[in-house]
This record gives sequence, structure tokens and C-alpha cells, in this order.
Amino acid sequence: MIENPIDSHRISATFPHRLARDAAGNHANVAHARTRDEGRRSRAGAGSQKEGGMDIGIEGLHKRFGTFPALRGVDLRIPSGQLLALLGPSGSGKTTLLRTLAGLEEPDSGRILFGERDATRLNLRERNVGLVFQHYALFPHLSVFENVAFGLRSRKRRERPARADIQKRVLELLERMQIGELRERLPDQLSGGQKQRVALARAMAIEPSVLLLDEPFGALDAKVRIELRRWLRHIHEETGYTTVFVTHDQEEALELADRVVVMREGNIQQDGTPEQVYEEPANAFVYDFLGRSNRLAGNVRGGMFQADGCGATFACAEVADGAAQLYARPHDLALVATGEGLAANVIDVRQLAGRYVLTLELPQQSRVVEFDVGNDARQALPARGDLVAVRPLRYRVFAGSNGDVAKKG
Amino acid sequence: MAGTTDVAINQALREPAWLRWLLTAACIVLLVGIVVLPLAVVAVEALRQGWSAYLTAIADPDTRSAIRMTLFVAVISVVVNATFGIAAAWAITKFRFPGKRLLLTLIDLPFSVSPVVAGLVFVLLFGAQGWLGPWLKAHDIHIVFATPGIVLATIFVTFPFVARELIPLMQQQGPDQEEAASSLGASGWTVFRRVTLPNIRWALLYGLLLCSARAMGEFGAVSVVSGNIRGLTNTLPLQVEILYNEYNYTAAFAVATLLVLLALITLAFKLWLERRHADALSRRRGRH
Amino acid sequence: MSIASSLRIASVRQAGPLPGLPLALGMTLVWLGLIVLLPLSALLLKSATLGSGWIKVLHDPRVFAALKLSFGTAFAAALFDTIVGALIAWVLVRYRFAGRAFFDALVDLPFALPTAVAGIALTALYAGNGWIGSWLAPRGIKIAYTPTGIAIALAFVGLPFCVRTMQPVLQSLGAEFEEAAASLGATRMTTLRRVLLPPLLPSMITGFALAFARGVGEYGSVIFIAGNIPRVSQIAPLLIVIKLDEYDYAGAAAVATLMLALSFVILLLLNVLQKKVALGRHD
Repeated sequence: MIENPIDSHRISATFPHRLARDAAGNHANVAHARTRDEGRRSRAGAGSQKEGGMDIGIEGLHKRFGTFPALRGVDLRIPSGQLLALLGPSGSGKTTLLRTLAGLEEPDSGRILFGERDATRLNLRERNVGLVFQHYALFPHLSVFENVAFGLRSRKRRERPARADIQKRVLELLERMQIGELRERLPDQLSGGQKQRVALARAMAIEPSVLLLDEPFGALDAKVRIELRRWLRHIHEETGYTTVFVTHDQEEALELADRVVVMREGNIQQDGTPEQVYEEPANAFVYDFLGRSNRLAGNVRGGMFQADGCGATFACAEVADGAAQLYARPHDLALVATGEGLAANVIDVRQLAGRYVLTLELPQQSRVVEFDVGNDARQALPARGDLVAVRPLRYRVFAGSNGDVAKKG
Repeated sequence: MAGTTDVAINQALREPAWLRWLLTAACIVLLVGIVVLPLAVVAVEALRQGWSAYLTAIADPDTRSAIRMTLFVAVISVVVNATFGIAAAWAITKFRFPGKRLLLTLIDLPFSVSPVVAGLVFVLLFGAQGWLGPWLKAHDIHIVFATPGIVLATIFVTFPFVARELIPLMQQQGPDQEEAASSLGASGWTVFRRVTLPNIRWALLYGLLLCSARAMGEFGAVSVVSGNIRGLTNTLPLQVEILYNEYNYTAAFAVATLLVLLALITLAFKLWLERRHADALSRRRGRH
Repeated sequence: MSIASSLRIASVRQAGPLPGLPLALGMTLVWLGLIVLLPLSALLLKSATLGSGWIKVLHDPRVFAALKLSFGTAFAAALFDTIVGALIAWVLVRYRFAGRAFFDALVDLPFALPTAVAGIALTALYAGNGWIGSWLAPRGIKIAYTPTGIAIALAFVGLPFCVRTMQPVLQSLGAEFEEAAASLGATRMTTLRRVLLPPLLPSMITGFALAFARGVGEYGSVIFIAGNIPRVSQIAPLLIVIKLDEYDYAGAAAVATLMLALSFVILLLLNVLQKKVALGRHD
């Protein structure tokens, strides 16, 4: 029998390490992650850095496109100054939620509150939101400076700042975003990363109540994406705007956000800090969606999980009897002596940057198991065709036969 | 009728409903006034003296030979210019050589020249006082004021149509497929027949359509080349002019209906091609 | 193998690995030379033979009036077409209404219709006893046989050019630009003016240029509705025809060359203007 070592107190300490290992062997994340997480935890609450910022409230939003239900009653409260990720697969409703917040879609029912004010009926222009699109939507005939100044220049005469003021504010903003030297360029002379920075500057120029980013890095190269992610985090910490961004890239959400809202088919599956959704997923969907995972089908009897075709059992209090699935991360497995774990057949050994990945086949399990082994274990690496025994050091068990949401207990 | 319902949300993104209705109505009125009215006039005037007068005018031997002449000229022009167009498009889009820009400009030249000037240049070449005038007279060859002149002028005017449709499309497609086929051992003709032609067949059809429509409807160039003395046979547009100048309005409009029918068929065919095979036509639509 | 032939082979090979270049290019050049270049050079050479006769041509008030009429009416018609064409293009692209596809197809009709048919139809419409003419005559407005009639005919012919050059541009302006502008606080009017119009401007100029070029040389649709009174309502192409009838080949060639030269200059200017506008503005 193997004890479940999950202990909620130990989460935060180990999370940065685990996240770093789950990524493609990028261990340099660790130190950065630790300091960032401390800042995050304080902001995941109601902390706000922006003067006079307002909370955003979403109550009971429903939205249907024809017969397709995009949002099925979403409730969310976003404290001022938070950086929130809406994460989910396509069709999950995350983009619809963002567009409804922006005023690009009207909900069938529900309310949106900006501070105390009911903004549900306000149109896009009146809402004062900063929109950033996946494909930038920079005005192609205006220079970078003019793009950023657009919002200020479009104000009614009474509300419009003086020309010199606009100049000053725009230049300041451009400098802060480190694109000052690009100010006379036209959008088609910029790289993707530069364009996105201009788009963000343009949205910020109007001092919006909230920044809404729709898959902002989706159109960029992998390297640029990572670079821009860090830059966005930095800008957010400096300026403190409430920011909501939509992504289907879980790595992006986990690295960037103060708070992650995982959505699926119009519902919120889980809402918590990156650590929470990664370490304590509420259900099998969230577990599977965030990071790589292995899954074993089996049964639970009397608080013990037994995988199909295998003798070893694992403790899982609070899970009802019946069909269940056990989930474990590839780097949470360990090789053990025969008989002390799950018997498996090594069908492939691959070397990737910084680690080895073993593909294991277990009897009566339809899905193969992936097992990450660090470079340091190279000596003891099994070969293809070997029979080994593995056991998960950390795991979660969810009731249900195909990983659907199942209430515990 | 005019778009989705006007919710408050959308006010920032659309014009107010009353303005949309107004603009739509204005558009329809303008199109009807500018385009439909002339068509209606042709029909009404053609039938002003009743159906039997209309049919008599259509069946008139002069009209019939005009139809034959028009078709004859059109077929020759289409065949000649299609061959040229394919050759030019093949050369320009599958190979690298300097001077393509110039070549393209020259190919487009007949398109930007007035039809009267088109007719004029052939008169200058083949007319009685033209370059080749004396030589032609000596050999009793008639070009201007005769069928060959009409054919030549029509070829000139419809020269670029097929090339203009094929070149952008073939440029988009590039030489890759042909080069692959060639590397597999196919001969030049085989490559063209089995690789290129299937790829361009709809654009080719489109070009042939435009070319023939223009060839059948050409008036200015043909009128100049035919001179004031109308030959024994004319094309349909010339016939319309003759009847009109003789104050035989009903007959003129009757013959005109044939040309209107031609235009409508052309448009229908064009629309079908653009709908059904939009992806097979050049993406550079909208330029005539 | 001689040097010359091996050089030839080498240069053909440099053009690409596919066969058929010599044949295709040869055909193209021969055809081009025979059908296009030869006739056009006849024009230029003939007008060159005028020598001092050019002065007479340039001073001929008939010529001057005809050119003024042709270019003037073409300009007015192209202007009308650009504005109306913009409206039509906007409605056809942006709005949905019953019969939209039908009206969209209608736009191509002036292009597909033989010019002689357009000519007699428009004359029948606007003559004193025509459908529209009879309505305007009591009000003292005469259209047929006046420059106005010519302009209307040219507007008919040029409309498809303007609409069809603007439509693709309007279509390619996705919703995102308007959404971005509105989110930044711009009113609908401001969005139209500052975000949608500038990218449209180059295509408007192109459409204008095409309609203008077509209008200057137009013959069939105009010849019936124009009065053809010398110095008043005689277009340049008609003047060319008249001179040909008088066997004044050189004079006809001269007028034609003038027409071509003027058109060329104007189109060049429009091309430059369009490039300038397309490059964007820096306020």
C-alpha cells in the first residue's frame, strides 16, 4: 500500500520547482518563479496597485449563439489590479466571456459591473476598456505614435487633452513600453512582437478600467512569445491595470497570471492561483488540461484505488466507490523494485533537451504512461523492451470512467 | 431586413438603422436608375411596334448575316488571343528573365487605348494612304473597309483579356508543380496538358468569356476600320448603328436586344464562375 | 556547338528548368510586335511626319474644343462615379438586404454591354421625348446632345470600374479595426473618417483613374447622345473619325497622339498621387 503524500501545506514551497520541471527542462525559471509567486500571492487577494481602480463583477452570464451555448451562467469577481487568465480549449467560452466584458457581445442574461456601475447595457465605446487583439489590429496607415494617440485624439473636444499633453503622454507611454524609437514607423515595418507592444500601448493610452487581451501572443514565434510574456508581467507590475487575458496555452497562463480561471463548455471548472489549479485540480479535466499527465483506469473500493490489470493499490480517501481514474505527472513517477509498484513494459526511450522520456505500456491500460527521468539518472536508464516497475510519488484520483467532473465523497 | 437587430451594444459599431435604410435605398435607386433603366428602354423600344415587327427585324437577312459575321470575328479573336494569352502567361509566370514589367505593360496597352485609336492605327497601316496601302492595292487585297480589317481591329482590342486573367493566377501558383512534373520525366506538352491546364481551366474560361463578350460587342474600333462606307456585311453593333442612323429605331433596338441578351448571358456565366470557382480564379478580382 | 548557340542555351537554362520558354516567349514577342507595337508605331510615326503641321493642329480650335470636352466630361463622370461608386460599394459590402446579389451583379452590366447599345439606350432615355428627357424638358433641362448627356453616358460606362476597385478593399477591412477604434472611444463618424476611409483612398483614386481613362477614349456609348456640333459637343474620338473621312490621316494621327500623351500624363500623376496616399500619413 502506498500513501498519498499530498499535503496542502507543502504546495507553495515545491510549486515553482515542479512547474519548472514540467516545462521543457527550463530550470532557470525556478529562482524567478519563487520571487514572483510571493508577489502573486499577495495580489491574488484584493490587493491593488492602481489608484482609484475598480473591481469588475460578472454575475450569471448566459450567452447562446443560435443553439450553441457559449456561456452557461458564469460568475466571477475580479479585484482591481489583478492579472487574470481565462484558460480553456476552443469552445470553452473564454473568448465569449472576454468579448462580453468588452461590449462586443451582448449577454442573453446576467450582469456586468464596473465598480458599482451596471455596465451591461453600455456599448463598446462607453465602456472604456482597452482591447488587444491576437492580430494586433493596428491601423495600417497611421504611425506607431498616431496609433497610440488615436484614443486620446478621438475624444470629444471638451474632453480632449491639449495637443502638447497628448504628445507628452504618448511619448512617455512609448518609452515605458520600450518602443520609443519606433514612434515614426508604420505597422507593416514592425515585427510581430513590436506590433503587440504598440497594441498594448494604444490600449493603455486611454487609461482603461480593464485591459482585455484576446490570445495576445497567439500569432508570435515561440521565442518571442516567451519574451513578451515576461515583458507583459513586468509592465503589469509597473502599471497595475486590471488585466484579463484569454489563452489556450496553459504554460502561458500558469507563468503569467495572478489567477487562473479554467473554463470548459461555458462553465468555470476551477478558479484559483496557478499553484492551486496545478497542484489541486478540482477535477480530471483541469488536471489533464494543465501540464502533461498520465492516466490509469481502475476502480476504487473502500478508499483504495486499484488500476486495471495491476495488483498495487493507492490510498484515495474521499473518492466514492466505483470506476475511477488515477492521474500522475510524468516527473512524479519513480522506478522501484519489481513487485513494489506497477509492472510496465518499456516501449520507447527518447532523449529530449535536459531529460529522458520513457514510454511505458501497462497491461490492460489503453493509454501509455510517460515517465520523465532527469539527465542525472542516465546510468540507471532502462532500455527498450525491459520490464520495470513504477510507482507515482504524487497522484490524484477522480471518480468516473472517462475523466468527467465528479464530485468527491 | 437590413441586418441584425439594432441592440444598444452595437451602436458603437454600426450606423443608426435609419441611416442604413437610407443608404441602401439610395444604392438601389442609383443602380436601377443608372443600369436597369437603359435595359428597360431597349426592351420597350424594340417592342414598340409589336411582336411581329420585332421578329421581322431579328429575322431580317441583314441581321442574320450580321450575327454570322459577329460570331465569325469573335471566334477568330478568341482563338488567337487565347493562344497568345496562354503562351504569354506561360513565359512570364514559369520563368525568370528581365523585362517582365515592360512586357506586362505592353500587353496591357490595347486595354488602355481608345477603341477609335485602335481602329485608327490599322487604317494608318492598311488604309489607302497607309504604309502598306499601295502594296495592298497593287495586289488587290482589301483589309480596311473589309472583313480582315474588322478581324484585326477586334483582335487588337481584345488582345489582353485572356492574358490578364491567366497571369495573376499562374503567378500565384508558381512553377513548383510544373517543375515537379518535369523532374518526373514528363515532356513539355504533357506538363502543360496534365498539370497546368487543370489548374487554370476556370480562369481560362473566364478570360475566354470576357474576350468573346468584348469581341462581339466591339464598336468603336470596328466602326473606324469599316469607314463611312459600310461593307456588305457588318457586325451586330455596326448594324445597330446603321439602322439607327436610318431612323429605323424599332429595328435598331430590336437588334440591340440580341446584344443585351448576349450581355446578360455573359454576366450570368461570369457570376456562376465567380461563385462556383472563386478559388480557382485569380485573387486579384475587381480589376477590369 | 558554336559559342552563340551555347550562350543561348545557357541563358535559357538560367531562366528556369521547364521547357517551352523559347517557343512561348517567341510567340509572345512576335504577336506583341505584330498586333500591338507595329500598329502603334505607325501612329507615332505618322504624327511625326507632320513636322511643322503640328502647330496648325495645336492651334485648331476644333481640336482644342474636342480635347477639352473629352477630358472635361470624363473628369466629371469619373468624379461622379467615384462618389456614387463608394456609396454603392459600401452598401453592397456592409449591408444585407433582399436581392443584394442581384444588385451586385448589376454593377457589371455597363462593362458587359456593347457600347453601341448603351449609346442608343441612353439617347432614348434622355432625348427630349425620352423617358427622363420628357420629364426634364418642361423644366428647361436639356440633356441629350449636350455635354451633360456625354457626361452621363461616360458615368454609365465608368461605374463598374469604381465600384469593383473599392469592393475588395472594403471587404478586407475586417471588423477588428472598427472594434479597436470604438474601444478607444471613437464615434462611428470618427471611425469612418480616420480608420476606414484612409485605406480606401488609394483604391478610390485607382477607380477614378480607370473610369477617367475609359471615359476619355469612349466612342460607342457617346456618339449617339453627343450633339457632334463642332467646338460644342464634339468629342475627340469623333474628331479623329472625321479627319479620317477627310483623308487627313496625319491630322487624325496628331489628335490621337495628343489624346494619348495627355492621358498618359494624367494617369502618371494619378499614379503618383495614389502611391503617396497609400504610404500613410504622419500627422
